[in-house]
Amino acid sequence: MEIFGIPWSLMLSQLLLGLVNGSFYAMMSLGLAVIFGLLNIINFAHGALFMMGAFFAWMGLNYFGINYWVALLIVPVVVGAFGILIERSMLRWLYKLDHLYGLLLTFGITLLLEGVFRSFYGVSGQPYQVPALLSGATDVGPLMMPNYRAWVVVASLTVCFATWFVIERTKIGAYLRAGTENPKMVEAFGINVPVMVSLTYGFGVALAAFAGVLAAPITQVSSLMGSNLIIVVFAVVVIGGMGSIMGSILTGLGLGVIEGFTRVFYPELSATVVFILMGLVLLIRPAGLFGKEK
Amino acid sequence: MTNSRIAYAIALAALIAAPFFIYPIFLMNVMCFALFASAFNLLIGYTGLLSFGHAALFGSAAYITGHVLSKMGLPVEVAVLMGTATGAAIGLVMGLLAIRRTGIYFTMITLALAQMVYFICLQAPFTGGEDGLQGVPRGKLLGVINLSSDLNMYYVVLAIAVGSFAVIMRTVHSPFGRVMKAIKENEPRAISLGYDVNKYKLVAFVLSAALSGLAGSTKTLVFGFATLTDVHWNLSGLVVLMTLVGGLGTLLGPIVGALIIVALENKLGDFGNWLAAATSIEWFKSMGESVTMLTGLIFIICVLAFRRGIVGEISVFLKRF
Repeated sequence: MEIFGIPWSLMLSQLLLGLVNGSFYAMMSLGLAVIFGLLNIINFAHGALFMMGAFFAWMGLNYFGINYWVALLIVPVVVGAFGILIERSMLRWLYKLDHLYGLLLTFGITLLLEGVFRSFYGVSGQPYQVPALLSGATDVGPLMMPNYRAWVVVASLTVCFATWFVIERTKIGAYLRAGTENPKMVEAFGINVPVMVSLTYGFGVALAAFAGVLAAPITQVSSLMGSNLIIVVFAVVVIGGMGSIMGSILTGLGLGVIEGFTRVFYPELSATVVFILMGLVLLIRPAGLFGKEK
Repeated sequence: MTNSRIAYAIALAALIAAPFFIYPIFLMNVMCFALFASAFNLLIGYTGLLSFGHAALFGSAAYITGHVLSKMGLPVEVAVLMGTATGAAIGLVMGLLAIRRTGIYFTMITLALAQMVYFICLQAPFTGGEDGLQGVPRGKLLGVINLSSDLNMYYVVLAIAVGSFAVIMRTVHSPFGRVMKAIKENEPRAISLGYDVNKYKLVAFVLSAALSGLAGSTKTLVFGFATLTDVHWNLSGLVVLMTLVGGLGTLLGPIVGALIIVALENKLGDFGNWLAAATSIEWFKSMGESVTMLTGLIFIICVLAFRRGIVGEISVFLKRF
């Protein structure tokens, strides 16, 4: 069967690839939105921490024999703790200043982290084996679906929706949302806001690291993998607006899929389509699809 | 006022004499980046807009100048003008889109649009892909002055840099510059005073873009190549760093910052080798490769402890007396 002269199986495989990319966009922009909500800082280092997650998984496997599944649990915790350290030692001093300084500081952290990993491992990618349980592919009618990619989509969607649930439907989430609206008032009710801020940053960073571990077997683990991703994610964030958790998830997924289809119909445009869409959204709805005009 | 005029005259005399004492290519490199950083500072320092996409303006101008000179064989002046115009045109589009949002979103939009320009440069047929444009001839200025001599080239670059600096200084001290500053200090108040803030932002953006383009074109003339490094976001970050180190919103800051960062990039390897020889610690030999790490560290230190930059700190210090 064909659509516009393009075979079904190709369409479906690009759809899956788009969904995989989209889940990374979703997880990254979700983390950025959560952090921005409470800290008012755009975390440029998000890409570098994603890279760090992938590298820690790789190092764990090669130096300590920690397998993929354990890494998937431990690495986000370790990188999240590292994030809390960053927040406590550096970001904390910038909250009263212009937002720009937060961006500049995290940009500096990005350069530092990338520089460190580059000086040890160079710029070439390190391969990471797909875990045995998920290697191979399943035959689903018109398409041979690689198991690992399906797992990535399922795992990241689960994490995204769990995050959404916690923030929108539980008491902890209510504190968080209240802190986003009015931190002073929340503090007056006896909530320890500085701790909440640290934990939120740590959580956002842990999401990035989780995405990094998921990405390790798909893309090669390299010091530059994060910065290539973060810029696209910035465009995703501009398109979606950072006002809504569900908005970030849906925009991320949607753009991944659109990118996948562009690769089928007009491959030359696939690297730039997200940026073009960003331009269009800015013209039509400057606040972003889910954003609130201030 | 007379004091600062004397200081500028001395500085100009020193710059005219400089190529006889210091390697002219290095000086030209510094001047190109000083111009680039000054153009960038016009936005961040005087209008309060942080653009993270200035490499796109610099780099696309570099490519156009290279292409016009090496493939089309047009005169140097035309090539530089076309490069500058390209910078301004891309700046106009980027500015029109980016000023629709403020604050942090503005920065993200410029970064994303610049990345788009990067991909276009990577894929377009005339940019030479990964290799870039190599061996761009310098040609003759006005058909008479042979630019292949480094000394002639130096004085042309000096004229461009001084001329642009005068333009920037004039802009900053003009009524237009006062409005820019008002927007930086308090945008809602500027709006309530009846200024069409977006128009001012756009004009500032295009002016900054044109000057960044001029810097990029000049850079291609000096080195004879334009590559993907010129449009990469790393360069956008580097120009932010130059301005930050020197001092945001000071006229001389970006120049001092450019000097420091360019010297750091070029001389760090030598310095590391010297340290390794002096202290016999092997690690210092690899210092040249760890420039990114060091720039990251400088970034962090500047933001945390040193936000006024070198020139800013000095002027605060002087005001105490």
